[in-house]
Amino acid sequence: MELSFTQGRWRYEQWGGFDPLSSNNAKPPGVELWAVFDVPQSLVDVYWRNLTHTLSGLFCASINFLESSTTYSAPELTFKPSFGNLRYGTLPREAVCTENLTPWLKLLPCRDKAGLSALMDRPSIYRGFYHSQRLRLTSSESGSDEVDSGIGLEQTLTVVLQPSSWRTGKTYSVETNIQPSWSISSIFGRNIPGKCVIAKSSNVYLHLDNGLVGELKNLERENAKYVANTFESEGFQSNHAFKISVTPDKVFEEVDYLHGKSTSVIYGFSVEKYSDSQPFDLGLTWKIPVVWSCQQAPLHASRFLMGSGNERGAIAISLESTESSEGLPTSHIIDGRCELRVDIFQVVPWYIKVYFHTLQVFVDKQPRAMADVVDKIRVSPSKDKVSPGVMEMILKLPCGSKSAAFSLEFDKGFLHIDEYPPDANQGFDIPSALISFPSFNARMNFSEDEFLNNSPILSKFQETSPVLSYTEVLLIPLTTPDFSMPYNVITITCTVFALYFGSLLNVLRRRVDEEERILRSRAGRKAGWISQLLSRLSAKLRGRPQEQPTSSLPYSFISFRLVLKILLVASIAVTWQYYFG
Amino acid sequence: MAETEVSKKRKRPIVRLAVLLLSHSVLVSVICCTAGVFGLLLLPVLAKNTYISENALMPGSASSMLSNQEVSEANKLIKELNNLHSNPLGATTESHGIIAKYMSNLGAQVNNHKFHPQLNQFHPLHFFSGPDSGVMQENSTRSLYGINTVGIIRAPRGDGKEAIVLVTPYNAVKGGVRETLSLGIAYSVFSLLTRVTWLAKDIIWLVADSQYGEYAPVAAWLRDYHTPAFSNLDSLNTETCHVGNNNFESKISYGIRRSGTMAAALVLGVAYGNENEDTLGIYAEASNGQMPNLDLINIVHYLAVHRQGLRVKVEQFHWLLNSKWVKSLGEVFESLGKMVKTLNPDWKLGISAADYVEGAATLASSLYHQALGVPTGPHGAFRDYQVDAITLEFSLRISFDRLDRRNDFLLHGGRLIEGVIRSVNNLLEKFHQSFFLYLLTSPSKFVSVGVYMIAFALLVAPLPVVAASLYAKTLDLNPTSEKDKSATSNELGSVLQSWKWLNSVKTVFVVHFWGATVSLLPYFISQIPDSDPTTNFSVWILLSILSLEILRWILVSPSSHIYGLPQGEWAILKSATISSFFIGLGLMSVINFATAEIGALLMVPMALMAHPLKLDVRGQSLRSILRMICNLVLGVISFPPATFFVFKGVIEGFSGIKAGDFWNWVESLWAWNSATYLYIGMVHLPCWVLCVQILLHPC
Repeated sequence: MELSFTQGRWRYEQWGGFDPLSSNNAKPPGVELWAVFDVPQSLVDVYWRNLTHTLSGLFCASINFLESSTTYSAPELTFKPSFGNLRYGTLPREAVCTENLTPWLKLLPCRDKAGLSALMDRPSIYRGFYHSQRLRLTSSESGSDEVDSGIGLEQTLTVVLQPSSWRTGKTYSVETNIQPSWSISSIFGRNIPGKCVIAKSSNVYLHLDNGLVGELKNLERENAKYVANTFESEGFQSNHAFKISVTPDKVFEEVDYLHGKSTSVIYGFSVEKYSDSQPFDLGLTWKIPVVWSCQQAPLHASRFLMGSGNERGAIAISLESTESSEGLPTSHIIDGRCELRVDIFQVVPWYIKVYFHTLQVFVDKQPRAMADVVDKIRVSPSKDKVSPGVMEMILKLPCGSKSAAFSLEFDKGFLHIDEYPPDANQGFDIPSALISFPSFNARMNFSEDEFLNNSPILSKFQETSPVLSYTEVLLIPLTTPDFSMPYNVITITCTVFALYFGSLLNVLRRRVDEEERILRSRAGRKAGWISQLLSRLSAKLRGRPQEQPTSSLPYSFISFRLVLKILLVASIAVTWQYYFG
Repeated sequence: MAETEVSKKRKRPIVRLAVLLLSHSVLVSVICCTAGVFGLLLLPVLAKNTYISENALMPGSASSMLSNQEVSEANKLIKELNNLHSNPLGATTESHGIIAKYMSNLGAQVNNHKFHPQLNQFHPLHFFSGPDSGVMQENSTRSLYGINTVGIIRAPRGDGKEAIVLVTPYNAVKGGVRETLSLGIAYSVFSLLTRVTWLAKDIIWLVADSQYGEYAPVAAWLRDYHTPAFSNLDSLNTETCHVGNNNFESKISYGIRRSGTMAAALVLGVAYGNENEDTLGIYAEASNGQMPNLDLINIVHYLAVHRQGLRVKVEQFHWLLNSKWVKSLGEVFESLGKMVKTLNPDWKLGISAADYVEGAATLASSLYHQALGVPTGPHGAFRDYQVDAITLEFSLRISFDRLDRRNDFLLHGGRLIEGVIRSVNNLLEKFHQSFFLYLLTSPSKFVSVGVYMIAFALLVAPLPVVAASLYAKTLDLNPTSEKDKSATSNELGSVLQSWKWLNSVKTVFVVHFWGATVSLLPYFISQIPDSDPTTNFSVWILLSILSLEILRWILVSPSSHIYGLPQGEWAILKSATISSFFIGLGLMSVINFATAEIGALLMVPMALMAHPLKLDVRGQSLRSILRMICNLVLGVISFPPATFFVFKGVIEGFSGIKAGDFWNWVESLWAWNSATYLYIGMVHLPCWVLCVQILLHPC
């Protein structure tokens, strides 16, 4: 089971999309929850409902909205362990705040009182660009060994922060575009006072991206011409480009076996030896400006809406190759054709009625037949008010393709008035699509093994996992009724009903009279003998033709009195208005 | 017994009321028409003060963060761009480069957008249809292109679902200080917004290349934003037309970058003002009289007046400001208002004569621009995509050369834009609280749909009444005439009598069909190469008359006098005309209210009054002579070209009028896909022709 709360969006172009950090920890905005149930097929939905309610209580979030069958789906192709017992749901509009962080921290042994979590200064965390807290429960029943089986809890907090110097000092350093120097105390406003007493180990790692390391090495090489300064392989914490304030305990260098490209470097710092009196404060000071770019996912995915108006539109997903992927090895050649596998998983709420047959595929801006590109597709159309539409595609794109685009047309549906959320006029969210590249693995290889086994985060980095990226959440403006409408509807229907019933009553009550009157007037005018006969007949049938004048007299009397009354009331009103109004 | 007699004759009240109306149709129509015109004149008095309806907007609640630092940065940009213009060679590409460089230095994502300007072409079947990229691109000329520069700030913690658009038209070839100043304002705001933490929506800054007009680049960008063509896009965007010698240039992608759904758009412009104060002009009318949400105008007005001390104005008819009769009308209303106030001090109907004149001038201009259906600026392109947008035009008191004055201006302008963006940023939902259907009588006063509908409804109300009464009269007429012949009447004759309206309805239909042909004719005329407007216009008129004659000859004449009943025929024809006109007006009032209002004002009296001239000549009474004169005057005035020339003559003087002007006007109407054009061609003109036919009826 994995639950994540995210605020802000991960910027794949700036912050990278290939390394394990981004592909594991970048999550769509709002809440995302998926879970695999080890129960019979029929019970999965029941368990899911229980789970959502439990989590919603635990984390003070509206995860319980995931309970209804219109919000979750059961993907089969895109998620690895899929035997029909996986459920996936997102709430893109969930606002994430401290109230979600606090219960998350409560699960930690020392809460935020000691250890690394002492850094969790709420204002500084929530001031950043991106904030994602993640909770992952895995039950490991791998071995027959009793000790191994159990439930593992993994909590991850990913934040992208802006250094405070950049925020407060309003200096435009356009000419000298130097990166802001930082330290833990300047970013978080706190120091690490030491490790939590219960914790087995407590480490801080500083990861230098491989793009950065490559850039630094280039600089190093240029400098080597002038200064006979050999490159220190055991870490360049005091080189000319930057300075790290604390000497690292360990230095890991990623080993890239495939090609001798630049690799990333991780500095490990153990917090155990620090205490309150001597807090751990890591700092990094830049000396020269370095420009580098993060490693990108092979294709940059973006999703957008097409069309305008309240009636129909189209969702388009466009994949564009990033610069870094051009040099990537094309090792997965199948049947002599070089192909790139891309999985797309898209959930669409039921009120967006997607027509899956309108799927159009463009590769390199040329329209392609679907069968050429789509390897496998699984579509479950939405059912109104029952289930969302799910589309899973496994694509095989030709390797050299620069871009690919898919478009799906949809009609916007109408909701019942009580199905609208509180801010209906904002529009409706379509959850992020999940795009994964199973042929690329985001993992790091480290040469030193003995230490790594102790460190969960590094071993996590070493795990093989497909490169994932999430697309943007889309906002679809739907037709919204005027919400003062119920009142108007009530008044209008009341008026209509009153008119209808009034006239109906009139018709029912008066027709006999009127007929009689017409007949009699004709009789008075000496009409033909048939009408005379008819009038006689009707008079006989009714039996008392003399009643007419008696009934009409009080009527006129009443109407006169009525007019008098109305006049009286009107004059009172006018005088009231004139004198007291 | 007498009472029973009365009660016997008593019909249902609704029927009685209808009969009463029909029998007094002349009185009803006179009263309703006068009341309608009076109601229209009363609108400036009834206008309400605007108020900010959406509470989430909270304009001006936060203090402005824009400081002199941003202004000085913006000045740097202005200076650099102005230096470029001193040597015009290569200024086009370089200015884009400079703007893009400044944008990306701020940390925004930048891309260029290349577009081919659309030639205004008349697609007879493309009225009301949405922008279709496929068709449009086929027609565009390949050699001409413009480049828009687009910068996007991603909101730090937002989810990127919504965006606010800032547009500055900029002509790189001959852009003066004016345009660089609007760039300066936008840049200062943009640079501030890259650093603020409160941003929840993305900001898109579009520097629209206005070489081919201000509207075209914005429309092209919006089209590509909303309906990209995946298949043929590469020929447009990736072709390397010019490789910039600037190294930076090559880095900027030509692919369009997107953000979320647009919440609102602001178009900035700077004009040379010759007034005593710094003013801010607001232009809001989009195509077919669509208006942005009133709240958007309210925020701008509130911030400009109460925070930045600018004077806000909306468009006015200046010739109305000096007209005598409006002034005297205003005085009448003023005295009426005072009188009403003595009756009840709570009734605030009083308005000073000067205010009335102002309000009337603004209202007339507002009505006219909505009726025209042509957008008053680049903001019109946004409305096609349901985005609320307005154009803000700053105009300055002194020239921009003095630096301190310029800084002051940049600071004020920037703060205003910042405030507006901040307000829109606060908005959780899209604009929906306030009015969409309204007329402005001043920047802070409006007339909502519920009020101005009354005038129109009063004006239109007599039409069905008169039509019904005319028809009823001919029905009454016939039985009496029938009785004389009743001895020899056969079945066929009476059936034909009851179906005689068919003939006149056929005439009406034929004329309406002719109207449709006339409105299609300009498409073919415009295909004639090398023709000036005047000849086009005369060709159009000639062709129209010709086609009318042909249609009459083919369809009407053979059957018109078979069942001849000359004395009643014109009445039935008039009845049919009026009902078709009523239907046309009703439809038009849904599409574009202002057009229907003006059309009703012009045509309703004519349609109601139309009476065969021959009968009037024969009549010899004062009443019939008066009616004849009225008919002749109205008949001339309500002919669309005549209306146009009279209107133009009143505004600009009669000296400079050419016959081709009308052609140009019509051309602009159909180029902008205005529904007014359809109205004129298919409702107004046929009705006029039918009325003339009634006037000339040989009774």
